[in-house]
Amino acid sequence: MSDLINIFVKAAFVENMVLIYFLGMCSYLAVSKTIKTAVGLGAAVIFVLAITAPVNWIIRETLLVEGALSWISPALADQSFEFLGLIIYIGVIAAMVQLVEMVIEKFSPALYMSLGIFLPLITVNCAILGGTLFMIAKEYSLAESTVFGIGSGFGFFLAIVALAAIREKIKYSAVPAPLRGLGMAFIITGLMGLAFMGLMGIKL
Amino acid sequence: MSEVNTKKLLTDPLDDNNPITVQVLGVCSALAVSGSLKNALVMAVAVTFVTAFSNLTISLLRNYIPSRIRMIVQLVVIAFLVTLVSISLKAFLFDLSKELSVYVGLIITNCIIMGRLEAFAIGNKPVDSFLDGVGNGIGYGLILVIVGFIRELFGTGALLGFTFFGEEARHGIEFLKHGFFNDFFHNGLMVLPISSIFILGILIWIQRSRNAELIDIS
Repeated sequence: MSDLINIFVKAAFVENMVLIYFLGMCSYLAVSKTIKTAVGLGAAVIFVLAITAPVNWIIRETLLVEGALSWISPALADQSFEFLGLIIYIGVIAAMVQLVEMVIEKFSPALYMSLGIFLPLITVNCAILGGTLFMIAKEYSLAESTVFGIGSGFGFFLAIVALAAIREKIKYSAVPAPLRGLGMAFIITGLMGLAFMGLMGIKL
Repeated sequence: MSEVNTKKLLTDPLDDNNPITVQVLGVCSALAVSGSLKNALVMAVAVTFVTAFSNLTISLLRNYIPSRIRMIVQLVVIAFLVTLVSISLKAFLFDLSKELSVYVGLIITNCIIMGRLEAFAIGNKPVDSFLDGVGNGIGYGLILVIVGFIRELFGTGALLGFTFFGEEARHGIEFLKHGFFNDFFHNGLMVLPISSIFILGILIWIQRSRNAELIDIS
């Protein structure tokens, strides 16, 4: 149990998807103009990551790794289908995002309108595919990868809401005109990243 | 189509419509793989290849793809091309592919590719789309190479294996022994991915100071 808590804390803070690995930056920078949309996108990302990480883990273990299909015929015992991995993972993610899109459209049309194009673009949010690829690289078990998925989603949520809050306040400051908006968002992200790097030494 | 337009397709993404600094697409990989100039160059070539050919393919198919499932079709095309790149990197440049690790796979989710497919290839002729892909790939690569150049030079004091700063920087070249070249020591921050965020912020600042049309009003 304490293992799982460690993985959660590590994924959310010490190895934050956005501020340490810089994945999912596009939607992070583009949707962080107001706190409200940031919360909506953050929640959607938590949900998608929490489902795709374990689903992709199961698919990989039962279909793709070397010898996984040996029950069909002995000839497949030393056959690995890992080269198909990327296509399959992205397919699972696309299906999940489609599902989330339908749910949000049904229950919160206002949020659906404000997220706009960035809802389908969660599919190509690197943080999601990155979650799956990191989970494979770290050789987690099923429970661990579920917690890892939720943890990294929570990390994304935290980062995007924090940036949105800062950007809402910084509108009233005297930022040089060419730096306003995107330029400032980059620099704020950099400073937040520096702060998060302070957590790096923590061994869990 | 006139000569001017063809040229515009190729040159616009280099500056006024740069995928990274103006369209905010493909930022993640730009931050992660720009640690050394060599990685940046390989990544730039790989992404240019994938954008150009995915644009071409989708543009050829654009009249046959039903719009409801177009995302999945696009992803399959992109994933196919990225798998090609990933496998050939493993075969010919194994060390480099280890170093780039997950980031080659993450080209699939590089928003530049999907973004250009949605914004351009889905409604334009194949040749134009191909050029648009090449232009955007090069625009992306340009930023990557600038950032990679700054980070590698000031972070490690070397560039593509040739040392410029500090004790080892002799090579029998006279001017490297004096002044700034001799005194400068590596800047540890430049090695970390975080530095590329600041470099990108400053690049955006410079670009928008030169071209007032790009300034955010909000």
